[in-house]
Amino acid sequence: MSDLEKISSIFNAKIDSVKTKEDLQIIKTEFFGKNGQITNQFKTLGSLQPEKRKEFASNLNKIKDDLTSQIEQKDFELSNAEINEKLKNEKVDVTLPIRPFQQGKIHPVSQVIDEISSIFSEIGFSVAEGPDVETEYNNFTALNTPKDHPARDMHDTFYLEKNKKLLLRTHTSPVQIRTMLGGKPPFKIIVPGRTYRCDSDQTHAPMFHQLEGLHIDKKITMGHLKGCLNYFIKEFFEVKNVKMRFRPSHFPFTEPSAEVDIGYKIENEKIIIGDGDKWLEILGCGMVHPNVLKNAKVDPKKYQGFAFGMGIDRLAMLKYGINDLRAFFETDYRWLSHFGFDPLDVPTNYRGLSK
Amino acid sequence: MIITLPWLKEHLKTDAKENEIVERLTSIGLEVESIKENSEELSKFKIAKIIKAEKHPNADKLKVCDVTIGGKETLKVVCGASNARDGLITIYAPPGAVIPKTKFELKIAKIRGVESKGMLCSGSELNLSEDSEGIIELNGKEKEIGKSYFKNKIGKLIDIAITPNRPDCLGVRGIARDLSSTGIGKLKSVKKKKFKQTSNQNIKISITKDKHQGCHIFGSCYIKNIVNKESPKWLQEKLLTIGLKPISAVVDITNYVMFDLNRPLHAYDADKIDREIIVRDSKDGEEFEALDNKKYKLKKGMCVISDKSSVLGLGGIIGGIKTSTELNTKNLLLESAYFLPSSIRKTSRELTIDTDAKYRFERGIDPNSVLEGLEVATELILKICGGQASKFSITGKNSQKNKIIKFDIKNFENLIGIPISTNEVQKILSSLGFTFKKEKKHINVKIPSWRPDVNQDVDLIEELIRIKGFKNIKQIDPERKRENETLNFKQKLFHLSQRSLASKGYLESVTWSFTDSKIDNQFSKGEKEITIFNPISSDLDVLRRSIFSNLAIYLKKNQDRGYEDLSLFEIGPVFFGKNPGEQQIIAGALKSGKVGRKSWIEKERNIDVFDIKSDVIKTLIELGVSEQNLFISDITKHCYHPGRSGSITLKSEKGPHLAYFGEIHPAIIKKLDFKEPNVYGFEIFLKNIPEPSKKIRQTKKSFQPSDFQKSQRDFAFVIDKIFKIGLLEKIIKEIDTSIIKEVSTFDVYEGENIPKDKKSVAINVTLQSTNKTLNEKDLDQISQKIIDTVNNKTGATIRS
Repeated sequence: MSDLEKISSIFNAKIDSVKTKEDLQIIKTEFFGKNGQITNQFKTLGSLQPEKRKEFASNLNKIKDDLTSQIEQKDFELSNAEINEKLKNEKVDVTLPIRPFQQGKIHPVSQVIDEISSIFSEIGFSVAEGPDVETEYNNFTALNTPKDHPARDMHDTFYLEKNKKLLLRTHTSPVQIRTMLGGKPPFKIIVPGRTYRCDSDQTHAPMFHQLEGLHIDKKITMGHLKGCLNYFIKEFFEVKNVKMRFRPSHFPFTEPSAEVDIGYKIENEKIIIGDGDKWLEILGCGMVHPNVLKNAKVDPKKYQGFAFGMGIDRLAMLKYGINDLRAFFETDYRWLSHFGFDPLDVPTNYRGLSK
Repeated sequence: MIITLPWLKEHLKTDAKENEIVERLTSIGLEVESIKENSEELSKFKIAKIIKAEKHPNADKLKVCDVTIGGKETLKVVCGASNARDGLITIYAPPGAVIPKTKFELKIAKIRGVESKGMLCSGSELNLSEDSEGIIELNGKEKEIGKSYFKNKIGKLIDIAITPNRPDCLGVRGIARDLSSTGIGKLKSVKKKKFKQTSNQNIKISITKDKHQGCHIFGSCYIKNIVNKESPKWLQEKLLTIGLKPISAVVDITNYVMFDLNRPLHAYDADKIDREIIVRDSKDGEEFEALDNKKYKLKKGMCVISDKSSVLGLGGIIGGIKTSTELNTKNLLLESAYFLPSSIRKTSRELTIDTDAKYRFERGIDPNSVLEGLEVATELILKICGGQASKFSITGKNSQKNKIIKFDIKNFENLIGIPISTNEVQKILSSLGFTFKKEKKHINVKIPSWRPDVNQDVDLIEELIRIKGFKNIKQIDPERKRENETLNFKQKLFHLSQRSLASKGYLESVTWSFTDSKIDNQFSKGEKEITIFNPISSDLDVLRRSIFSNLAIYLKKNQDRGYEDLSLFEIGPVFFGKNPGEQQIIAGALKSGKVGRKSWIEKERNIDVFDIKSDVIKTLIELGVSEQNLFISDITKHCYHPGRSGSITLKSEKGPHLAYFGEIHPAIIKKLDFKEPNVYGFEIFLKNIPEPSKKIRQTKKSFQPSDFQKSQRDFAFVIDKIFKIGLLEKIIKEIDTSIIKEVSTFDVYEGENIPKDKKSVAINVTLQSTNKTLNEKDLDQISQKIIDTVNNKTGATIRS
């Protein structure tokens, strides 16, 4: 057995009995330290004959590599064992609750307004707004509802003063007037907003939300109105087809005027929109009355178009199965958490309106 | 407006079934709101036969009757009527039925020890007559035993919503006319009246030329020697079905004509009129007692019917007690007049009177129906009450001209989108009572006098498409095309701030724009209250001037429900004046309670001003304001705790206000009696958030990270206690922005080893250069510069 083989076999015997990193360090020193057995062998290289030296050096390097890798391997094993030992004592109960956090929610009305805006955005409508306090002129007179018109009775109006000149808008329609007076046709707007009527019971709240739509251009007909609303209802309720019925009605600011019913049925106590043999009134609409256009300084001989109005809260109730309108405005933590929407659920066209 | 099919068929010849008629009504804009079995209550009343009537064992005046309603079973009914006898056919009301007169619901009850299942009814109990002596006797109804007494006679009640533009459909005939135009039936022609009119109408009638004169035509007929009485059953039943109580033949006839032809009438006891009738403006303070037994004090200029001595009635609205007809009225004056809608409306609103006549006149009664009303009513009165009628007297005249509209048929297609033929136009319009003359390019359409709503060609187009059917309009699907942005900057901010706040754990609330002035005043001291003239309740009496008012009310309600750790926000208008536009959108939030309440891992603590400040700042950054443009100061508002609140302005102290934040003033918390008094809030003024003039792609600088090591240095300054650390950080940052990358305070200490008016502030500064690794020498240099500058500007010294 050569010296090198002896060293190797001594090493093998020792490395097997290594239990700790300290043991390993001792072996490392013993073989690779300043006076280590391998180190010493390298020191002998210079005194060898050149022809022997080559072979010896080659063997020595082989053994050195072998021992080094064994040390590394052992080191790795010991480290692993050490970590594993440590981890054994680090077990926590991950079923314990997380740090408390509050989950914020978007109000159903806001969510539905975003849904509606997204739907109408696709077909080129922009969002317009107007003030909550309106003049009696913008809210009624300009909309072809002169003083002493019985249609004013249908709106239980909040007034700010006895002379009834200023009021809380009873509908979003005055924004039609503001928009038309403030710009040039064509107009293609929707107006979501707060509206007010002094009426309060289970199905009426003194404040509610309306969505107004207005499209004025040169050749807009009632056929466009029908198409626009059919598109909207289908998109909003996320159904392929919807049964729709236009019913003649009366609003002073449109002529002809219509109310729109959609078909529905009740299945397992849930309302299914779009089909069925029952009718649900959902919105009012019509062709903008020439008097309204005149009042808004738009020439009715050149321009015409449609307008519509619907209750946003009611749409939200129908779509999301909410029963009580008044609860919308009562800020009950439990209600908001239950019916509210995750803030990251932004209605979009490509991702879909709702989860 | 309630109609029944039999009544409708008096005017419309049709074989159509009920459901077809109902569907057609709705499709032409006469929306059927409900169809009721002629009052389900009434259908419970059955025709029954007394098999045997025996004396009650314990009461002399009562009888125990065995009653059959057709089945095998006989019912025991206790009855007090003297005419209850074997074999009598009468009306039986089962337990559960509600007696129309008393509104009393029947129950099975023991009467003097004998159980009675229901009762047998008198005419008075069923509101059929005043007859309360004994139960109804129905002769020859043997075959109908077991059937409902009311059902077959009257038919279902069809309740139609008549829109305010269609006064002509406030009478059954008008509805029949509309239906006839759809081809579902034919409008029956009115029979020519046949009665003698010999004498003249001798009561003088005059309409004064007063300024506000609301009466244009006053037609009348004097009918003498009548015998007023209970109406015949057909008339009583007609009125009962539509919810009117029969009173006497004369009154019932005027009501009947009103509902049948939409022609309101009034009957005066002629003997109670003082000499003559004067239709005039009322004088200020005049009083009269109306048929609703109320006394009204009139204002100047209301249209009254008076005689020589006093006011007899408000024309077209309500008659007076003084000349009201009674069963013993012998001679009467029948009025059929035309009153101006605006006059009716003004008067009735000022006096808050609502009557069927007022409802019709304010919508517009056919001025040409004066004569027809007199004819129909006079004939009925003569038939039922006898007497002799005078010739009709008509005072005044119809001041309305016949309306003629030049109608170009092409306009129909232009507006509706589908064509219509001249033939169809003529067919529809003529069936609705329009007449026309064809010209070269258009047709001249004459509008019937009962259609005040038709004034221009769109109104005709509406008539045409209404009858032709909306379902025939061809739907044109919208193009998916967008030329303008959907939302403007402010609208985007609105939506973004909602989601930004909700993502920070706040629940979005939507509350009324009005609020309780008592609460609002707490948050808006010194600002002028904006009161609502007619609030829905006294605690919703003002427009809110603070976004906190309602949030505070609801936060408290939630706390009272046991939810104390809550974050609520609302984004909506607050008002600073009562004129349109004197409002602004505020994003406001309230947060109450603790962090880590009852948590195994988190230390429980009260939320504090830095929680709320952090939410505001993060939100503002998300809304697009860069952090270095947020100037924070302790300028605050009275509704916040003066020491624990502040504001954020844009760029400098003088910049526009972006937000206030802080603890809600303890005085308010106490006043509102919050269960959890630790309440913080903020208000963000969305209008002051600047709109970037350029898109982000235009303003974003190229990415140039430094390849060189960054270094950190800590400094501990001893500085005046009142010196604001925000400013100190700013001073350090601005020393050399090319090297000083971050400055952050990590400790603030007051107390031992520090002078009383000083505090120690530990600040960590991150240093990095873009062109070299800073060596010790560079770092020492910049450190010294920091220490010197801070010392110079603030007097602070480095803590040794």
